[in-house]
Amino acid sequence: MEAPIRAREALGFILFSLLFSICRSSSLNHLLISNAERRIDLSSHIVKVFLTLKVENAGSTPTSEVLLSFPPTQADHLATVEALVTKGKRKKTTLVRLDVKPTELPDAPNDAKYFTIYLANPLKSGESTTIEVLYLLTHSQEPFPAEIAQSESQLVYYRDSALILSPYHIKQQATFIKTPSTKVESFTRVEPSNRAGTEIKYGPYEDHPPYSFSPILIHFENNSPFAVVEELVREVEISHWGNLQVTEQYTLVHAGARHKGVFSRVDYQSRPTLNGASSLRYLLARLPPRVHSVYYRDEIGNISSSHLRTDSRKSELEIEPRYPLFGGWKATFVIGYGLPLQDFLFETSDDRRYLNFTFGCPLLETVVDKLTVKVVLPEGSKDPSAVVPFPVEQHLETKYSYLDVVGRTVVVMEKKNLVPAHNSHFQVYYTFKPIFMLAEPLMLASAFFLFFVACVAYLHIDLSIRK
Amino acid sequence: MAAPETSTAAVPTLYTNNTLRNAFGGVLSFFILLLIGVMAFSIRLFSVIKYESVIHEFDPYFNYRVTQFLAKNGIYEFWNWFDDRTWYPLGRVIGGTVYPGLTLTAGTIWWLLNSLNIPLSVETVCVFTAPIFSAFASWATYLLTKEVKGTGAGLTAAALLAMVPSYISRSVAGSYDNEAVAIFALIFTFYLYIKTLNTGSLFYATLNSISYFYMVCSWGGYTFIINLIPMHVLLCIVTGRFSSRLYIAYAPLVVLGTLLAALVPVVGFNAVMTSEHFASFLVFIIIHVVAFVYYIKGILSPKMFKVAVTLVVSVGLAVCCAVIAVLIALVASSPTKGWSGRSLSLLDPTYASKYIPIIASVSEHQPPTWPSYFMDINVLAFLVPAGIIACFLPLSDASSFVVLYIATSVYFSGVMVRLMLVLAPAACITSGIALSQAFDVFTGSIKFQLSGASSNTEVDAAETSSSTAESQTDAVKTEKPEETAKNRPSRKSKKKEREHGEKPSTKAKAEKKRLLALPLESSVISLLLLVLLGAFYVVHCVWAAAEAYSAPSIVLTSRSHDGLHVFDDFREAYAWLRHNTDVDDKVASWWDYGYQTTAMANRTVIVDNNTWNNTHIATVGTAMSSPERAAWEIFHSLDVKYVLVVFGGLVGYPSDDINKFLWMVRIGGGVFPHIKEPDYLRDGQYRIDSQATPTMLNCLMYKLSYYRFVETDGKGFDRVRQTEIGKKYFKLTHFEEAFTTHHWMVRIYKLKPPKNRIRGKTKKSKSKTSSTTSSPKRSGTKKKNPWQ
Repeated sequence: MEAPIRAREALGFILFSLLFSICRSSSLNHLLISNAERRIDLSSHIVKVFLTLKVENAGSTPTSEVLLSFPPTQADHLATVEALVTKGKRKKTTLVRLDVKPTELPDAPNDAKYFTIYLANPLKSGESTTIEVLYLLTHSQEPFPAEIAQSESQLVYYRDSALILSPYHIKQQATFIKTPSTKVESFTRVEPSNRAGTEIKYGPYEDHPPYSFSPILIHFENNSPFAVVEELVREVEISHWGNLQVTEQYTLVHAGARHKGVFSRVDYQSRPTLNGASSLRYLLARLPPRVHSVYYRDEIGNISSSHLRTDSRKSELEIEPRYPLFGGWKATFVIGYGLPLQDFLFETSDDRRYLNFTFGCPLLETVVDKLTVKVVLPEGSKDPSAVVPFPVEQHLETKYSYLDVVGRTVVVMEKKNLVPAHNSHFQVYYTFKPIFMLAEPLMLASAFFLFFVACVAYLHIDLSIRK
Repeated sequence: MAAPETSTAAVPTLYTNNTLRNAFGGVLSFFILLLIGVMAFSIRLFSVIKYESVIHEFDPYFNYRVTQFLAKNGIYEFWNWFDDRTWYPLGRVIGGTVYPGLTLTAGTIWWLLNSLNIPLSVETVCVFTAPIFSAFASWATYLLTKEVKGTGAGLTAAALLAMVPSYISRSVAGSYDNEAVAIFALIFTFYLYIKTLNTGSLFYATLNSISYFYMVCSWGGYTFIINLIPMHVLLCIVTGRFSSRLYIAYAPLVVLGTLLAALVPVVGFNAVMTSEHFASFLVFIIIHVVAFVYYIKGILSPKMFKVAVTLVVSVGLAVCCAVIAVLIALVASSPTKGWSGRSLSLLDPTYASKYIPIIASVSEHQPPTWPSYFMDINVLAFLVPAGIIACFLPLSDASSFVVLYIATSVYFSGVMVRLMLVLAPAACITSGIALSQAFDVFTGSIKFQLSGASSNTEVDAAETSSSTAESQTDAVKTEKPEETAKNRPSRKSKKKEREHGEKPSTKAKAEKKRLLALPLESSVISLLLLVLLGAFYVVHCVWAAAEAYSAPSIVLTSRSHDGLHVFDDFREAYAWLRHNTDVDDKVASWWDYGYQTTAMANRTVIVDNNTWNNTHIATVGTAMSSPERAAWEIFHSLDVKYVLVVFGGLVGYPSDDINKFLWMVRIGGGVFPHIKEPDYLRDGQYRIDSQATPTMLNCLMYKLSYYRFVETDGKGFDRVRQTEIGKKYFKLTHFEEAFTTHHWMVRIYKLKPPKNRIRGKTKKSKSKTSSTTSSPKRSGTKKKNPWQ
């Protein structure tokens, strides 16, 4: 169904590129890519693409912006784009991270989406540099057949282009696609292309004009469970008495091919490799070290199938859902744990405090469709501000917890479409006077004092009319 | 030693010394009570510590769900709640069919905590409601026993009740059931009744009716109160103990209590119309007649009184006969004689097993065995007779009430094991009295012997001085009752009165000291034995709380050589249903799992533990005991999409559906006579092995339980029944396996969709013939299959 449309799109791209490449703005024109290599890793349900671009400035003016372009269908599923540049020579090479920002261009052909890489040093004319780009795609493998029985293995489609979509002229390019197993049902041939083991190679192709596109479709077996967290709410509560309480509420779904027909436990238990190969049996969560009071439960009580392994550098929590998740099956659960506050809360030089904590989901190899991080600051803290390495939606809320009077400020951050690569640190700055810590104990003490005074008074008052 | 000091001291210092001692005693007993409360609460936390903070068993899940609804939607929505998730397609009016006391209590606690910004979840509040109320119950026991036999007995009884296993079994953390709050309400109502009886205060009488109202709100067992108190009143009248205090204690309770009880939707007009309440009205009339007679006797001369009596008795008898005849006619016209089935099975223990299998099928409605008495009240069973004797020395209104209470509750506990719960407080009170009296005697005689050995003369002096003090106070005391009878006593005078009330008991002790002075050695040894007995009781209670009664029954554990195994299959199945079926799918299962399915899986069920509609349950029972096709038709007509069965054969879980199956046959057969119990039995024996009857091996329950079971071990060995199953290889035609849990304890099957109708000549003619053949059959056996 979609393939012809894509083909038309591709045709359109090529036409567009032919027409518009001449009259595009000068900044695009004078760059060209002398060599491009793309490696697409399809071994899990998160598609990892490593792009190595050798960019050459063929123009006369120095420039520091390099554009990446994506077809709109891919751009919707794009979780993260990172760019690195190698510095130094020979053995002393270091990787330097570059700024990448989404950009809108007014005359983008066929709604192509752009990201701009900002080079650290402007590229002078005639010079060239090598940029390493990593981008991750989620929900890009479509199960086909869409419904499978318990004993069948999961086959998926992956759609992309044999040629790298780029606003620049590419002199030479090649694409390597790694599949999870050798079982590949079919793949589109764009000569020269060949398959060896788990790798499909497209290219090398020479001299393609900007916006060249050649759709390909790969149909292959992927039995890795498609663990998708539809919604995750992480609540981080700071208590200045020395504890950081984290509560994470998950809505997990197996987003692979839907399960069809019976689920037979006897087959599942006796032949686990053949039956339910794509089922989601367990998940691994990587928690910070020195984690304590870990719990794993859902709305009807504790789930007993979990294991916690701790060492000095990290803690690993292996959790099993109550039942194995087949395609389309859902489960909800809550993970909670406490952490020592001194590992995560620091003071700045100007007497402000800040929390330094990881943003993303601690589960490995999962996609999070919607993540909400709530940082509950202690009562009485002021001027909250959050620093996050990528764009998020932010707002403030108020939460009332144990014996609160004015309520606690909650910094809420929301982001859609996350991958484990988003597990970088964010900071929340705020000011807090330690005297507020005593408010609740004092309140309790005075309440008890008043109660006893009332009791004493009651025992000494005689309200009877007649003595 | 206190005695020599008091002997040398003057009278005023003795008085202050006494008040000091009283104050110290008050503070001490306050702290003891506090500790008893803490103990009552904490001994019930074993389930949370050993397992988790979770709601237990079956009924608590319903209460929890109702509380959740209440907390979410408020009280008005709750009263009007029509629950369409249960008894499909009938539904159930929750607000009008539930005893709301427990739910309202927990809902109020939750609301209070949340308005204080203490964000506890509804579940947490529900889990800990029962332990909190058991602390209250032990305090109420203290108050009640104190009214009967003084502070010492009160404290002992409270301590005993705090850890009596029978009560623990119903009030461990998570056991969120009506009984949890009802026992507190029961004891507190009795306390207020006794308090009114002792003081004659209308204030306490009003409180008593309010407390009775709370009890009516909480539990159907309120009928015990409304029958026991009239019995006691009658006893008092018959034994010539009628007084104005008795009247004040009883009449307002009946009037106010009945009015308030009628406000509870589930009771409503039952409060005046069912036979359970008739005794109270009859006694209400009698007490008025008696009061009237006493009044007339006061104003008439003895001669005139005799004349009046003969006149009234002759006219009154005629009127009474007429009224009673009308009443009997009214009562006899109703089929159950105005009694509900559960009450009837109380009066006639064999009633349920003869007529209502659904009541008889519940294990907690069975009569208890002797070991269960030892298990549930332990050494109290031996102390109770002693306590009854102590109640007779001397017999007062209050102690006669305790005697009556223990006598009736012993009978009821003998009928239903569940009513052991009503016996437990009575046993604790009488044993508390027995223990405390025994301690009094032994310590008193030890004190007497010790002081007697050291200085006989000084003791005599002390005795005389204290007796003079007591005679003084006695003089004050004799004035007091008249005063109090006339005036409404102020609080201070009441306090004084309380002191005086304790005085005669100390005096009595002093007398007893002289009379019942036992030899030193024997009393020391008996004291030690009593302490040993108490210690044994404590050990047993802690064991019962920790091991016997703490399991939540939805999660099972077993210990083997390679560690702890957890069987969490029920929740696995419910969680699967909750997340992977459509929200409006109907799930059929035996009624035991109805409450859990609606609460944990949030799916509509056909029948549940509120067994109000016998026909509906019989329909499900019939489906389970029918062959596959007939069962499919029944379920399909009920719009059922999934069928859930509990199967313990793989891991040896004994209370599974195969073991309950005969009840399904019996209940189903009670309404649909084509299901016959003998068809499922081979020579009167229930078996599932190769000797089983073909009806048994072809019924739906057998098939759903053992479908592909043989593939687990190759033989199909059932570990509960300890046999190989009869029919090993078979296929399901109308059902398909949808989910089976990890240990196979819950199996869920999906009904296959109905086959498409094929248009064709051959089919048409076939259907024609079949319809012609089937129609006379249908008319012939009308009751055979109502679902066609």
